[in-house]
Amino acid sequence: MALSRSTVSWLYVSPLMLVLIPFFVLPILVVLVASVFETDGFGGLIPTFTLANYGTVLTSGLTFNLYVETVKFTVLTWFFTLIIGFFVAYFLVFHVRNPLLAIGLFLICTVPFWTSNIIRMISWIPLLGKEGLINSALLRIGLIREPLEFLLYSSFAVVVAYVHQLTIFMIVPIFNSMARIDKRVVEAAIDAGASRFDIMRLIIVPLSKSGVALGSIFVASIVMGDFFVTKVMSGGGSASVVGAFYEDISVLQYPGAAASAIILTVVLLAMVSLILRTVDIRKEITR
Amino acid sequence: MTAKNKGDTTKASGKGINRRSFLKAGAAAAGTVVGAPTIWAQEIKDIELRHVGVSYSVVKAVGDQAAKDLGFKVTMQNLDTSAAINRFITQPNSVDIADLEGWQAKLAAKRGVIQGIEAKKIKEFNNFLPIFTKGELNGHKIPRQGISPYEALYIEKKDSTELHDGVTDWLTNVPQVYNADSLGYRPDLVGHEVTEWKDLIDPKFKGKAAILDVPAIGIMDAALCFESAGLITYGNKGNMTKKEIDFTCDKLIELKKAGQFRATWTTFDQSVQLMAAGEVVIQSMWSPAVAAVRVKEIPCVYAPVNLKNGKEGYRGWCNGMGLMKHLTGKKLDAAYEYMNWYMSGWQGAFVSRYGYYSPVPSTAKKFMTPAEYTFWYEGKPAPEPVTDPYGVPMEKSGTVRDGGSFTDRVTNISCWNTLMDEAAYMNKRWNDFKVA
Repeated sequence: MALSRSTVSWLYVSPLMLVLIPFFVLPILVVLVASVFETDGFGGLIPTFTLANYGTVLTSGLTFNLYVETVKFTVLTWFFTLIIGFFVAYFLVFHVRNPLLAIGLFLICTVPFWTSNIIRMISWIPLLGKEGLINSALLRIGLIREPLEFLLYSSFAVVVAYVHQLTIFMIVPIFNSMARIDKRVVEAAIDAGASRFDIMRLIIVPLSKSGVALGSIFVASIVMGDFFVTKVMSGGGSASVVGAFYEDISVLQYPGAAASAIILTVVLLAMVSLILRTVDIRKEITR
Repeated sequence: MTAKNKGDTTKASGKGINRRSFLKAGAAAAGTVVGAPTIWAQEIKDIELRHVGVSYSVVKAVGDQAAKDLGFKVTMQNLDTSAAINRFITQPNSVDIADLEGWQAKLAAKRGVIQGIEAKKIKEFNNFLPIFTKGELNGHKIPRQGISPYEALYIEKKDSTELHDGVTDWLTNVPQVYNADSLGYRPDLVGHEVTEWKDLIDPKFKGKAAILDVPAIGIMDAALCFESAGLITYGNKGNMTKKEIDFTCDKLIELKKAGQFRATWTTFDQSVQLMAAGEVVIQSMWSPAVAAVRVKEIPCVYAPVNLKNGKEGYRGWCNGMGLMKHLTGKKLDAAYEYMNWYMSGWQGAFVSRYGYYSPVPSTAKKFMTPAEYTFWYEGKPAPEPVTDPYGVPMEKSGTVRDGGSFTDRVTNISCWNTLMDEAAYMNKRWNDFKVA
């Protein structure tokens, strides 16, 4: 029996729809509905349409400060994971001649990720603390007289933990796109007298754009949507967008929290589409 | 498992025989209600009670012991305070026994997810300390800043949704564990005895202090500090006006910008970690957390912040068991059995061994050694070394418990954990403090 073109197309997308509709579309609709309801202050929702929740969130200075803080962590994490991820991938693809060794080293990069995120984050605490390994070592060799307090419970600690957690999300897609660069192009460039820097600038960077874009989407959306690392590593000294609306939920302010969640989703969608606009991932991948 | 713990189990199973015969009597009584006692005895095996709440109040070892003594299945599930109240309200049928703080009992009643508990079916009800049942102790009126356990105890009828001021036959919850929180500090590094909250905001401890980051109660710790320092007098620390919230949060932001706080903490373990790793020398802290620091052989003292001149005092809290509305028939009977088991002493002794208290000390006493009771409740020097509920040595003999006797502590409580009317506003201002 021949299926019509459109039936075939529907069949192709159905597995994805089966996941997306119940686990993404429906929940987000519930959140959307809650965000335009009123609350009785005790966890009850009053089904009258209101935009007041959005008004409150959007006109609050707190929201602005929270976004500044969260975007700061996102940008810093993105920057460091990109630099580290890019050069690790570059080394693996272009400097390790033996492909088996390259794959082996690549797998070694994933070893730290065999343990949970939380354990990897918490293991920084005894290292960075006032009486932690780094401070004790520096004190003992006489480089400092007072322990460095900025190491832990600070923005520095938050970024360290995020970079440690998320660099792999940069390495993998960048490695993937670099591995598909035709080595003969590089050789031809060398023969034609191009410098190392020119090769990097004119060949490697443009051709790994899709990997960079994918990695950026992973890193940015994870950091923007997280609150736990910020909370623990800043020692509660900093807040995040998600952390703030989680606190709203703890006092049963569902509509306000829902409105914040929807706004964050919109901001993230805008960010992702901006990234996709700069790099046409679909074209690059099917290249 | 340690030797001490095994000792505990044997001791408890000795009592367990009594418990079982007692249960049989109870089962027979319940059996007459449903018609046939044998059916009850048969079906009791298939009953499972899900007791849900925070980890320091809903303890697996207690549930295991209850299951052993009662003959039906008990599952303890732990969530943080916020996740717990959200689950009680949004998925009430996934819980049988809700572990409720006073303010949560108020909310749960209001939302109609719990049912009234018949006071006369709680066997030890008349032996409850009057802190809970009448709002007083030895003639001392228990303060009602915040939501006191007494205030949250009664509703008028089985299905009332509003708390009732005054004694009735119906309860929102059966109190099971409570304590008075204050500050913990390193005596070697602070250099003097701390008896006032204002030491937490003393510039001397700049960068070495921490405060609890659960907005609803963290703000009360802050309020106790500011009141202690003479900066403000609150109408009701447990239910601040917007103006009082603003003052408190602005002051916190000022302190944060001046570098007073090394960190804030949300969990028991974090507070232990902060103190044990030398990050802070003074912070808001819970009694068992102080003990946990001391077990690591690091000196740490739980500050006795007795009331003076209308200032200071402990922040009290109490968790009790609420019955979810969906419980009926045999499962409801089992739930009553379970609550009665809690009040019969084993659990009271268990929680006492890590520094909390039982609402019925007279039964808890039967399950404690005289030495334990002397140390934990009477505030006298320990006649022999004291161990925690799992048998880990905690205190040498001769040690006196910080904060003195039970009566000294609870009569010096000045406010109770709560959820303010202006909770949404307070939360927003607390987040201003966090992000500042």
